[in-house]
Amino acid sequence: MTRKESNPQIGASPASGALLSVRGLVKQFRMKAVRGKGGRKRLVQAVSDVSFDVAPGETLGLVGESGSGKTTVGRCVLRLIEPTAGQVSFEGVDLAQLSFEELRVVRRRMQIVFQDPYASLDPKMTVGASIAEPLVVQGVEGDHKEKVVSLLELVGLSPDHARRFPHEFSGGQRQRIGVARALALDPALIVLDEPVSALDVSIQAGVVNLFNDLQSRLGMSYIFIAHDLSVVRHTADRVAVMYLGKIMEIGDAETVYEHPTHPYTKALLSAVPLPNPRLERSRNRIMLEGDVPSPVNPPSGCRFRTRCWKATDLCAMQEPVLTIRAHGQLSACHHPEG
Amino acid sequence: MSAPILQVRDLQVTFHTPNGPLIAVRGTDLDVHPGEMVGVVGESGSGKSVSFLAAMGLLPKSATVAGSVLLDGHQLVGASAKELRSIRGRLMSMIFQDPLSALNPVHRIGAQISEMLRAHSKMSERAARSRAVELLEIVGIPQPGDRSLQYPHEFSGGMRQRVVIAMAIANSPKVLIADEPTTALDVTVQAQILEVIQRVQAQFGTAVVLITHDLGVVARVCERVNVMYAGRIVERASVNDIFEAPTHPYTRGLLASLPQAGVERLVPITGFPPNMLRLPAGCAFRARCAEAIAECEHGVPELRAVGAAQSACIRAVELMQPR
Repeated sequence: MTRKESNPQIGASPASGALLSVRGLVKQFRMKAVRGKGGRKRLVQAVSDVSFDVAPGETLGLVGESGSGKTTVGRCVLRLIEPTAGQVSFEGVDLAQLSFEELRVVRRRMQIVFQDPYASLDPKMTVGASIAEPLVVQGVEGDHKEKVVSLLELVGLSPDHARRFPHEFSGGQRQRIGVARALALDPALIVLDEPVSALDVSIQAGVVNLFNDLQSRLGMSYIFIAHDLSVVRHTADRVAVMYLGKIMEIGDAETVYEHPTHPYTKALLSAVPLPNPRLERSRNRIMLEGDVPSPVNPPSGCRFRTRCWKATDLCAMQEPVLTIRAHGQLSACHHPEG
Repeated sequence: MSAPILQVRDLQVTFHTPNGPLIAVRGTDLDVHPGEMVGVVGESGSGKSVSFLAAMGLLPKSATVAGSVLLDGHQLVGASAKELRSIRGRLMSMIFQDPLSALNPVHRIGAQISEMLRAHSKMSERAARSRAVELLEIVGIPQPGDRSLQYPHEFSGGMRQRVVIAMAIANSPKVLIADEPTTALDVTVQAQILEVIQRVQAQFGTAVVLITHDLGVVARVCERVNVMYAGRIVERASVNDIFEAPTHPYTRGLLASLPQAGVERLVPITGFPPNMLRLPAGCAFRARCAEAIAECEHGVPELRAVGAAQSACIRAVELMQPR
C-alpha cells in the first residue's frame, strides 16, 4: 500500500488492496447520570473520527495511554461493540450493511486475543474443547480433533495438552491457547489487545516471537494494541499513536519512532524507559505536565494542547488535521516537529 | 562506603499452604546505604515484594519470617507490633502499586497526611496541617492548599501516587521502599513519579529501594541492582554492569528477552519458573539454563564476587571469559 492511499484525508472510500479500511469511526458511550452534577446523562467520546487501513499481512500497532480509545477501536472493528458512526470495511464489505447472519460469516475471518489469558478461557472446558469451540459455533464440518492437534502444535504446545484444563497452564501457555483458538477459523485479521502485558518479560518474548512466526507462515494481518511502545516497535510495520480518541500520528513504525513529528509522540517516546543506563541518563527527556484530561470534556481544538509545550491560540481554536510530513507519516499538529 | 542503614541477612519467608510449606524467600542478604537508590528486579513469584513486606512486618501471621533485618540499629524480625508501628512511617516507609489502597476514601488528603505526622511526633494539629500542605507541594501537587481539602477520589492516579509519596516521606524516613510504584500508571505519568522519587531521594537523603519488573525503570533511576530469582538474589552489581556485563545466565536471559531498537528476534528464556513448593536441588535456574552442568545440581550457589559484581552462578567467572 502506498502512503498516499493510507491518507484518511483523501479516501472516503476504502483504499484499494486494503484488508481492513476504517473511515471516520466514532464511538460514544453514555455515562449514567450522576446525582448532584446536574443529573444529566453525559457522553464520552471514546473514539472520535478515526480512519486507517490495514493491508494484507501487515501489522498495525495502536499505541496510546489510558483513555486514548485504542481498545475501543479494536472492538468496533470486530463490531463487538456497535460504532456510533463511521465505516468499517473488511475485504471490501461494509460491515454495517450486513445482517447478523452475514456478519457471523465474516467474523470467521476476524478474531481477537485478549490481555488476560486467565479470564478468556472457560475453566470448566478442556483446552481442546475451548480451541474447537469456534469451529463448533461456526458449524465447521470435519474432524475437529485433528485440527486441534495441529493448532496446538502451531502455537508451540503439545497435542496431549488438549485433554487438560486451563488451570494447569502458566500465563504464557494460556495465552498460546488463546492464540490457537483465534487461529481455529483461519482468520485474515487478528486484533491483539494487549496480548503480552500480563506476562513476565522472559515469557513475553516467546509469545511475541510466536506472533511474528505465525504471521510469516500464515500471512494474516494484526492490529496490535498495546501501551508498551517497545513491544509495538518490535512487531508493527505501521503504527498509529492515539490520544483522547484521536490519531495524533500514523505511519511507518520505524519512521514514527525515529522521526516523530507530533509533540505527543515525541513526549511519549521520551518517557519510555529504555533498558540502557548510559543512554537513559544522557538523553533529553520531555516531561509532560499533568495527566490525560477526561474524555468526557476534552479540550477544544487540539486535544493535546493542554499538555503541549508548543501550544498557541490557534491550537485552542482550530483542530489540526492529519497532514503528510517530510518522512512520509501523517500527523495532526499545527506546530509539527522536524 | 558508609555503613548500611538497612541490613538484611539470611532472610527466609515461609508460607504455610494446604500443599505444604512454600519458601518464598530463601536466604536473602542485602545492604542499603544511606541516600542510595537500589533496584530489586525479578519476575512474578521471585520473592522481591515478599522480602520487603517481611522486613516491614506487613505479612500475615501465617507467614514465618526468619533471619535478620537491621534498620538503623533496630532488629525488625521478631519485633513487637508496637515497635514496628513506631518504626514504620518514621524510619522506613513503603509505597505500593495501587495508591488508592493506601488512602482512606472518607478522609481529606490533608488530614491523612497530618495524622501520619502526629502519629510520630508531638506536633500541633495546626502545624501538622501546614506541614501537610508543604509536603504536597514538595511532591508537585498544584494548589496544595486547596487540594489538601479534597478526598482521594478527586485525584487522578498519578496525583494519588504523589499523595502517597507525601505521606510516606512525612516523617523523613531513612528508607523508602517503593514496590512497583509506577506499574499502574501511564508512561508519561510514570516519568513524573520517577522524577518525584528521585527528587525526594536527593532533597531528604532518603535511601530508596525500588522493587520493579521493569528493567527500563531500573536503568533510568537505580545505582545498584539486585536480581532475584526463585526467592534468592542471583546477581548484584552496579546498574551499568548489570546491563553491560551481566554475570548470571538469568540476568542475561532477561536482557535478551527485551524488545529493543535494532533487535531482530527476541530470545525468550526457555521453560517456566520453578514450582516453589517443589524446588529442584541445586541452582533453581538450572532447568532453564543453557549453561547448566552436572555440578549445578550440587547445592544452592551462594553469591560470590565476580569482578565488581556478585553472582550466584558457579560458572560465572568461566562464562565471562570471551569464547
